[in-house]
Amino acid sequence: MVKFIEVNKRFGRLQVLKDVSIDVEEGIKTAILGPNGSGKTTLIKTLLGMVIPDSGDVIFKGESVLGKYKYRREIVYMPQIALFPQNLTVKELLELIPKLRKQEAKYDDLVDRFGVNEFMHKKMNALSGGMRQKVNLVLAFMFDVPLVILDEPTNGLDPVAVLELKKLLYEEEKKGRTIMFTSHIMDFVQQMADRIVFLLEGVVNFEGTVSEILTETGTSNLEEAVASLIIQNQNQKAYV
Amino acid sequence: MFKIIGYVIKDLLRNRWTLFYLLFYLLVGFSILMFSGDFSKSMVSFLQIILILTPLIGTLFGVMYYYNSRDFIELLLAQPIRRRDVFVGQWLGVSLSLGTSLIVGLGIPFLWYFAQYEVAGDQFILLLLLGFALGAIFTGLSMAVSVSTDNKIRGFGYALVLWLLMAVVYDGFLLLALIAFRDYPLEKFALVATVFNPIDLARITILLKLDISALMGYTGAVFREFLGSTAGMLTSMTILLLWMILPFFLITFIARKRDF
Repeated sequence: MVKFIEVNKRFGRLQVLKDVSIDVEEGIKTAILGPNGSGKTTLIKTLLGMVIPDSGDVIFKGESVLGKYKYRREIVYMPQIALFPQNLTVKELLELIPKLRKQEAKYDDLVDRFGVNEFMHKKMNALSGGMRQKVNLVLAFMFDVPLVILDEPTNGLDPVAVLELKKLLYEEEKKGRTIMFTSHIMDFVQQMADRIVFLLEGVVNFEGTVSEILTETGTSNLEEAVASLIIQNQNQKAYV
Repeated sequence: MFKIIGYVIKDLLRNRWTLFYLLFYLLVGFSILMFSGDFSKSMVSFLQIILILTPLIGTLFGVMYYYNSRDFIELLLAQPIRRRDVFVGQWLGVSLSLGTSLIVGLGIPFLWYFAQYEVAGDQFILLLLLGFALGAIFTGLSMAVSVSTDNKIRGFGYALVLWLLMAVVYDGFLLLALIAFRDYPLEKFALVATVFNPIDLARITILLKLDISALMGYTGAVFREFLGSTAGMLTSMTILLLWMILPFFLITFIARKRDF
């Protein structure tokens, strides 16, 4: 569904993405992992057209996305930091975004599930971080689109909401949606991800399923596996 | 794009900025017309407001609004909306809000004055149109500056310097150049130099209309000499219109290459 082909991006002196080539398969949940600053968000933003790659191409459903915008009708993006106009109420925001996208949205059920109905008429700047994240999730799932991208969806969520999110992700996958997400919570990733892409300093360090990464690193859980990949990389560097 | 323009206008109304700005103009308009007594003197006061203050307020609003809505802009960019429409929509929204405040805020005192004395209706209209144009131009230029840098302070600085250059320094330099090269024929140079400053253009347009030679300055006199009052006015207004389109291209061009 999504193909990154030798994507390079440099911010000033810092090379954030180096020849990144990834295939994101349709209908499954792919986790993009990596330490802070490894280029996860930048990679996602190249797909959304918010960051323009220096070279390489990003393909969505067989067509390059560079310089285009209509393809975004089929993608919903939930950013890491909730980016909302602060003086709107939750309800106003939930009504504004469908108008801007010119797409229908169904949010009644979602609003109930995440308990957002309790603060529908509060302004965004009066909400706590967790509450905003819940609004963020409602926004991400209220459209019927084939690709949903979630940047750190569990940030600030209480355990009940995390559980609800997991259920929702399974349901969405059954509906045939493709989901890309990043997370620092390895338990969450281990449970949810069908495939893992591990970025390290802007380079794809590992790509495969959870069981593959465990076998390759000889570890018993994802946290250890990822740590071992990072240490391996550091040792290699020291050797060079 | 229209939805974004609509959103920005609503947002500014909600923040009461538009209202505050409108009240300010109402107050200034009535006080100048009531207390200055002499009509041509009040015209000069209005001229100063239109030429100096409107561009300044446009500049400040353009920068402030852009940086305040950075988050929302990122949200918009992830939607199926053309990049150009996001930024140009913001510019038009802010410009229309400011422009409406100006036209209503000064228009009411003007109407009141006109109803009493039946003078200078066309001059008032021209003043308002020029104010609207200058406001839009400077909002656009300052937004273009803001889009080009993530650093708020730098953005503010550059935008203010741009305003200062156009509103104050430009004339000084022009004058210096004219004095330094007074032995040469400078009419054409002055004519061309004026084209590059929308504030100068607006000044000349209104002074040609008012026909106040004393205030016209060198470039104004050149305009009149070369083109006559009416043709001179039309020329300067046409160039101003071109200036109004410039931010559209500038913002589109700068935004196209930026990462968010």
